[in-house]
Amino acid sequence: MMLTLSHICKTFYPGTVNEKRVLTDLNLQLASGDFVTIIGSNGAGKSTMFGAICGDFLVDGGSILLDGEDITFQPAHLRARHIGRLFQDPMRGSAPGMTIEENLALAAGGTGPFSRISRKDRDRFRQRLALLGMGLEDRMKQPVGLLSGGQRQALTLLMATMNPPKLLLLDEHTAALDPATAEKVLQLTKEIVREHRITTMMVTHNMQNALELGNRTLMMDGGSIVLDVAGEQRSALTVAELLERFRAGAGKALDNDRILLA
Amino acid sequence: MNVSAIFSLGQTALELGLICSLTVLALYLSYSMLNVCDLSTDGCFTLGAVVGATVAIAGHPYLAILAAMAAGICSGFVTAFLQTRMGVDSLLSGIIVNTALYSINIAIMQGASLLSMNKAETVFTRMKDFLEPTPLAQQYKLVVSVIAVAAVVVFLTFFLNTRLGLSIRATGDNVDMVQASSINPVFTTTVGLCVANAFTGLSGCLLAQSQKSAEINIGSGMVTIALASLLIGRTLVPRGGILVRALGAVLGAFIFRVVYAVALRLDMPAYMLKLVSSVIVVLAISGPYLRRRFPLLMRRIQGARAAGKGGNS
Ligand SMILES: Nc1ncnc2c1ncn2[C@@H]1O[C@H](COP(=O)(O)OP(=O)(O)OP(=O)(O)O)[C@@H](O)[C@H]1O
Ligand SMILES: [Mg+2]
Repeated sequence: MMLTLSHICKTFYPGTVNEKRVLTDLNLQLASGDFVTIIGSNGAGKSTMFGAICGDFLVDGGSILLDGEDITFQPAHLRARHIGRLFQDPMRGSAPGMTIEENLALAAGGTGPFSRISRKDRDRFRQRLALLGMGLEDRMKQPVGLLSGGQRQALTLLMATMNPPKLLLLDEHTAALDPATAEKVLQLTKEIVREHRITTMMVTHNMQNALELGNRTLMMDGGSIVLDVAGEQRSALTVAELLERFRAGAGKALDNDRILLA
Repeated sequence: MNVSAIFSLGQTALELGLICSLTVLALYLSYSMLNVCDLSTDGCFTLGAVVGATVAIAGHPYLAILAAMAAGICSGFVTAFLQTRMGVDSLLSGIIVNTALYSINIAIMQGASLLSMNKAETVFTRMKDFLEPTPLAQQYKLVVSVIAVAAVVVFLTFFLNTRLGLSIRATGDNVDMVQASSINPVFTTTVGLCVANAFTGLSGCLLAQSQKSAEINIGSGMVTIALASLLIGRTLVPRGGILVRALGAVLGAFIFRVVYAVALRLDMPAYMLKLVSSVIVVLAISGPYLRRRFPLLMRRIQGARAAGKGGNS
């Protein structure tokens, strides 16, 4: 198993009026190479689950195993060696005041604290950037702050997979992009994930994407997983059915304009 | 004012500007790069001055430099420790360390509030002896300052382009991204503040040695003066790489001193220095803000006027 979450619990502000039980006995196993799409209503705990895996906070109970290693109590920056993560906000993943090549150099890491960006590094960065087909390979000396949201998100994707991680977490990473750019970034995601066989979890509010991408679909509600389909069962599922299950699972009427039928 | 007076005025401004620009470079690292406003700067400057003076008086002028920088590193480490490990707010941890350093500095001076280096050898007296036979004999202070500033600028240019330096810059730019790159932001903040305070200590040490005395208030107001210089530099040199902007910071320090020296000539009392530096900092920080607000303000006034006219007719 690449990732094993067992009995994960998280309550924010315990013992106060604001007490919020966000993750309630969450269990999940991902096989190596799994590409899992995750749906769930707002506040279901999807981002919080990612936060728990990445070490934004310590969980109240349960354990997290990544590729056999218990990372439940590991600090976030150490987990980041094996986990890549993209957020909805394209601004979160890169440093705007630094150049594209400096951002990539930081993401690439390696070769000692006093090493500088070498010609070899530059060639490697240029090659990787060219794959994006956005012309960024000719703008390596420009600050990242000058890029558009879509370009920044594509760059972040490149940075997160520079050293292919064991686990890639995508939290609605195309939600803030226009449809064409979103499609492009999604395409890049698919290619990179396939090329390096990265185990991936992707949160999306697009039911179509949820069923078409990857090999497994999860639905979260109230802090745990309420639907888990793969294989035949999943291929048989239609968007309309999924939406039906979504309503049933959520147990409430949905008037959520973030759910797209595509 | 005759030519030689102008010349000597310029020279003093240059020497002082260069020595203090080391503190400006420290803030360039902590304030501009790390995005931490390090309010322990005043205390650390004095710390460098008194530690340097004590060691120089004991007969080790070169060791004094290293000791002052080491003391600065310790001070920076404590400031960083408080804000990264003890949950103290970053401004507050600077203020706390600054206050604590007051006692420590007096303790180092063994209860006195002034150390005189009149009879002690300093890097400046050594340089003076060394330059005796050359035409630069009168410029010994300038030579020492230039060497120190050049060394620090070269170091910064190199350091901030290494991977460690990049991660320090990213810490002030986007700390999430530092963590995502498997680097501990606690570590980068600590290293950044240690290095910055080493420069502040060096700056204090050199100022004390050039004045042949270290007193307990030598660093007071330094953080505002240095910030003013840094912001002047940033206004003059808004773009460019690390080297260019570091040189901009040095230029800012020099210009600040020139303006101050001219003001003194025009009979501004010396005690106005700190008021002037405060005003410059306020102008430099709020200037861009007010400029952004200005169009809005104009539209409001126009709107009000239009409404007034409408009411009359
Ligand atoms: N740091 C926090 N402190 C307090 N409450 C939090 C915190 N983070 C999340 N929550 C709460 O936990 C619940 C789940 O939030 P989460 O962000 O995981 O939802 P989500 O499934 O990602 O929703 P969305 O689809 O809107 O992104 C929400 O009710 C939120 O208010
Ligand atoms: Mg979310």
